[in-house]
Amino acid sequence: MRTLKFLLQKEFLQIFRDKTMLRIILMMPLIQLLIFPWAATFEQRNISLSVIDNDKSTLSKQLIEKAISSGYFKLTDYSDSYEEAMISIEQNTADLILEIPRNFENDLIKEQSSGLMLSVNAINGQKASLGSNYISQIITDFNRDIISSTGQSSSLTNNIEVSTYFRYNPEMNYRIFMVPAILVLLITIIGGMLSALNIVREKEKGTMEQINVTPIGKATFILSKLIPFWIIGYVMLTIGLIASWLMYGLIPAGNILIIYFFSFFYLLAFSGIGLIISNYSETQQQAMLIAFFFMLIFVLLSGMLTPISSMPQWAQMLTLINPIRYFIEVIRLIFIKGSGLFDILPQLFATIGFAIVCNIWAILSYKKTN
Amino acid sequence: MAAISINNITKMYGGESPVKALQNINFEVNHGELFGLIGPDGAGKTSLFRILATLLLPDKGSASIENLDVVNHYREIRNILSYMPGKFSLYQDLTIKENLEFFAGLFGTTLDANYEFIKDIYVQIEPFKNRRAGQLSGGMKQKLALCCSLIHKPSILLLDEPTTGVDPVSRKEFWEMLRTLRNQNITTLVSTPYMDEANMCDRIALIQNGQIMSINTPSGILDQFPYRLFAIKSNNNYHLLQKLKDNSEIRSCYIFGEYLHITFQDNRPIEIHGTEMMEIKPGIEDCFIELMDNGSNNN
Repeated sequence: MRTLKFLLQKEFLQIFRDKTMLRIILMMPLIQLLIFPWAATFEQRNISLSVIDNDKSTLSKQLIEKAISSGYFKLTDYSDSYEEAMISIEQNTADLILEIPRNFENDLIKEQSSGLMLSVNAINGQKASLGSNYISQIITDFNRDIISSTGQSSSLTNNIEVSTYFRYNPEMNYRIFMVPAILVLLITIIGGMLSALNIVREKEKGTMEQINVTPIGKATFILSKLIPFWIIGYVMLTIGLIASWLMYGLIPAGNILIIYFFSFFYLLAFSGIGLIISNYSETQQQAMLIAFFFMLIFVLLSGMLTPISSMPQWAQMLTLINPIRYFIEVIRLIFIKGSGLFDILPQLFATIGFAIVCNIWAILSYKKTN
Repeated sequence: MAAISINNITKMYGGESPVKALQNINFEVNHGELFGLIGPDGAGKTSLFRILATLLLPDKGSASIENLDVVNHYREIRNILSYMPGKFSLYQDLTIKENLEFFAGLFGTTLDANYEFIKDIYVQIEPFKNRRAGQLSGGMKQKLALCCSLIHKPSILLLDEPTTGVDPVSRKEFWEMLRTLRNQNITTLVSTPYMDEANMCDRIALIQNGQIMSINTPSGILDQFPYRLFAIKSNNNYHLLQKLKDNSEIRSCYIFGEYLHITFQDNRPIEIHGTEMMEIKPGIEDCFIELMDNGSNNN
């Protein structure tokens, strides 16, 4: 225990002396939180719209007006023909072409139906599907307005109105969805990546050998390496929570202490993974690349950016062995839904399981002699 | 009983075509002795040190330190042993004082408690005690490393090439420090590729290709040199070397600085035209080359 004190004292001395590291630890949560939610937005705005208005009637103008005023679209040009509009798609100035046929107004009023053509540039799949969804919605809305304003008897149209209510996140604010996930990402980087790099640095510089010939046990040494990163992980989490409150006004709906409680096991699991990485790499470069490789896969399979339920079956199976997945679920449940400890027990047990397996593996693969 | 005893240690590296790093090494180091392991790079010195330091397991044979087996009793050994690797391996981002206090702490002692013990060496670097280890000169780094090695009053000190890459003045100072350590009853095993440092040791072992060629006191090794040795020089030594190598009367011939060192067949010196020749006493390096040649001839 006494030697642990000396080891910890040394670790903190080194961490506080490394000004670059200190800056990264303090700035990373702030910058990530500042940039990431805006970059990883699920809303699509500023979709460029090219319009071919063959009708040039009041109604066609109203439709265009409605599309623009929705805020999702910006009108890039009026074209006279479809070919002309295609040029702007090819030049990447337009994402969507809306063609309004001749006699649009007439047909609509007299025959109560008319066609519209929509062409979508599908190179960016997300933009294409969101764009066409938005515009379809706008057209449906528009349609309903026409029916009521032209005094068509409501008996003619089937009047089922669907109104959606988003539970837990009524405004569908994607930031409350992304920000907690970013906090998870930060803790992961600290717990898994920094701890791995720190141990490998000792190997690379040869100081590990000097430590190995001293009588300190391997458990003590490993603890001295992990405790600082658990503490830093908590500091980062706290900075992150405060920052997300200040920047986005987000306050967890559930008990904040559950987040801290869960984080402990999560940090334990990830520092175990960091240890395993460090045991299998000789240089910081190797450790960095291995950690980066796993981080990327873990993040993509975590449900942070894309829903797990939309992944193929085999990928869904893989997410079961991904600790990030569980924490992201938990932190979203607590932040958005306000779940209690009892609701997150499955994820908690999974994470404790990871912590046990990873740390046993780490201790077994750590060798003082060879 | 010897402080260090090594019995038939063999160590191999690599799987398919193993390299024998150490082959049947046997020797003992007595208490309080300054024992030198002299050999070129790749001779197996570091492998032997790492086995003794309990960092590497031998393939065959056994070794003990103060009667403790290096494999089974590594924990006890780590309390009484100190190993200073060839590569500087203290924390470069910590100061001299912090490094010392850290290593003292790991062994459950303090810098103040053992100050007297390391004082002779520490006073030389104490003025810079708040400077980070990474900013020290090579010689000062070695002094600091030695201090850190001694901070827990070890009874056995293993120094792997402590003077490699250190300037001649610092090297000399370092060896003088090692000599004074003998008075504190520390057994020191030190390795070096520099033959001239051999004379500072009580006894030396010459090692080459994982085999011990000879073990003796430095003067004993010199006495074993079996031939009369001559130094010879001309105004074109390279040309002379080529000529002498083809001469069947010449046993061996090597360049040593501005002279060539030669021995003759059957110890019968012959006159070589256009040269300046004199008989000299052999040095450790002459003995080393002689032993090396003998070894390869026998194979």
